Amino acid sequence: MTVVDPGVGSPLQPADDPGPRLPAVRAHRSWLVALSAGWLALVVLAAVLAPVLPLTDYGQVAGPPRGKPELSLDGLLGYDVLGRSMLSRIVSGAQASLLVGVVSGLIAFVVGSFLGLLAGFLRGVVDTVISFVTDTLLAFPPLVMLLALASVLRPSIGTLIVSLSLLMTPTFARLARANTMRWASREFVMAATNMGAGLPRLMGREVLPNVLPSVAAYLPVVIAALIVAEGSLSFLGLGVPAPTPSWGGMINDGQDLISRFPNLVFVPAATILLTVLALNIVGDRLRVRFGERTR
Amino acid sequence: MLLFAANRVVRALLVILFATFLVVALLSIAPGSLAVTLLGDAATPDAIADLEARLGLDEPLWEQYSSWLGDAVTGDLGTSLRTRQDVLDAVVERLPVTLELALLALVIALLVAVPMALLAANRPGSLVDRVSTFLASVGLALPAFVVAPVLVYFLSLKAGLFPVAGWERIGDGLGDNLHHALLPAIGVAIPEIAAFQRLLRTDLDSTLHEDFISAARARGMPSGYVLWRHALRPSSFSLVTLAGISFGRLLGGTVIVEAVFSLPGLGSLIAGSISARDVIMVQGAVAFIVVAYVVLNTLVDIGYGFLDPRVRREAVR
Repeated sequence: MTVVDPGVGSPLQPADDPGPRLPAVRAHRSWLVALSAGWLALVVLAAVLAPVLPLTDYGQVAGPPRGKPELSLDGLLGYDVLGRSMLSRIVSGAQASLLVGVVSGLIAFVVGSFLGLLAGFLRGVVDTVISFVTDTLLAFPPLVMLLALASVLRPSIGTLIVSLSLLMTPTFARLARANTMRWASREFVMAATNMGAGLPRLMGREVLPNVLPSVAAYLPVVIAALIVAEGSLSFLGLGVPAPTPSWGGMINDGQDLISRFPNLVFVPAATILLTVLALNIVGDRLRVRFGERTR
Repeated sequence: MLLFAANRVVRALLVILFATFLVVALLSIAPGSLAVTLLGDAATPDAIADLEARLGLDEPLWEQYSSWLGDAVTGDLGTSLRTRQDVLDAVVERLPVTLELALLALVIALLVAVPMALLAANRPGSLVDRVSTFLASVGLALPAFVVAPVLVYFLSLKAGLFPVAGWERIGDGLGDNLHHALLPAIGVAIPEIAAFQRLLRTDLDSTLHEDFISAARARGMPSGYVLWRHALRPSSFSLVTLAGISFGRLLGGTVIVEAVFSLPGLGSLIAGSISARDVIMVQGAVAFIVVAYVVLNTLVDIGYGFLDPRVRREAVR
């Protein structure tokens, strides 16, 4: 906060220039963040509780084909081409999307942070090799890399997780490397070195705890990107394999009938929009709070 | 400057070599036998051995790559397993569609994002700023496969403004061509608009706190003039970089939009070849996009160093 002498206005700031009005933005953001967190909680809860929810199974016919939304639990969002409950399919789609997004995000986070820590702390040959491999992986446009992998792998949840973790590992490695380099030259690390601490202790106990929050702050945004990537692949028919519903796959299924039954596309589209938006808003908040603290 | 450029070019070459090696190796490092995956479990051993020989999978990886690279530098990326078409010919035939989409999307994105960011930065914290920034957040959450069908529904089917699908070549008339290209390009542009707006908004904000802006304002210049003539140029360095990188990424990023509008571009070539299990075509197209992407990024890098001396000193050190 800038302390402004109440008597004299700053001569360099015209009266109509509000200057950095941070508190106002934060007050406005807070309900957005709360709403976003609420939506995410709802999606996670629905995905976790899916087996015990009183919904017809996503594969079972529950109403008229392409039926309009109605006031019953199964029919709340309407029925798909075959008369299966849209709500039930959205909930199962949430399971697939969240599972794939969160698991591959976490794998990429763990592997990437480890590689970045090694590269940033040891420097030298290790750094050169790791940086070169990350640079090369980042030379693939994201979707192209996923498509290349999809061309030789059988589509399944497992291969999806492998491909998506591979996609995001370089991002985390870069982040962790940059943050490690910032912390590794600090006085307390030097002190620990002089007191005879070994490499594992230096990296694990001195540097890592400072690096992790800044890197982990990117997790929600990365998970959002991974949900989008999984959706794109499923939309192309190369993601979550057929009988299991996925949000991207649902949009693809409904696409041909969009002129007469727009809810077949709009329901999954809105679900993805809200989920990704919520993750981004929460993620931005976390980045402001924890990201790049040494700056 | 020369040292900096040489440094970048060598690095780009190394990355291209390793990346294409990965593309070639992909056929071998896939778990299980690729031939079995491609032919299905019911394939006879003879058919599997035959396909493996055609893909060169019976040779060691290093020889596979050296023969691929030897062919690739002479412009031979192999022949399609399905259509027997030359891969490079297929890529070059499809390239104009994707290039036009990417360029058009980039222009649209800049035309929308720059005014949005200027309006937002003009009065930080105001309603305009909050609406513009919120719209950008929404745009970032609108991937092509979500936004493209919705655009088709409202603008093509309901309003009848654009065709639902299809493509007209520029050679057959620019008007028709734009009529078909505009909606897909908007679909590609929306997430880019959001990214550009955010970046420029942030950079403008830090520029607006510099002394020369205060000086300009103190001399009584109107705030719009200060924004446009004094703040925009020094704030747009990272935007130019991002736009260059985005263009490269879009060469491989229009897959979804091409699928929605059934456009004959590079993306639909790759997606179609994956469904047809045509790994050679996928391999060639992916290698082409990766090389183009690296070359573009390197050019942007060098151009950036050309504009801003601080970058080249840092990089060579």
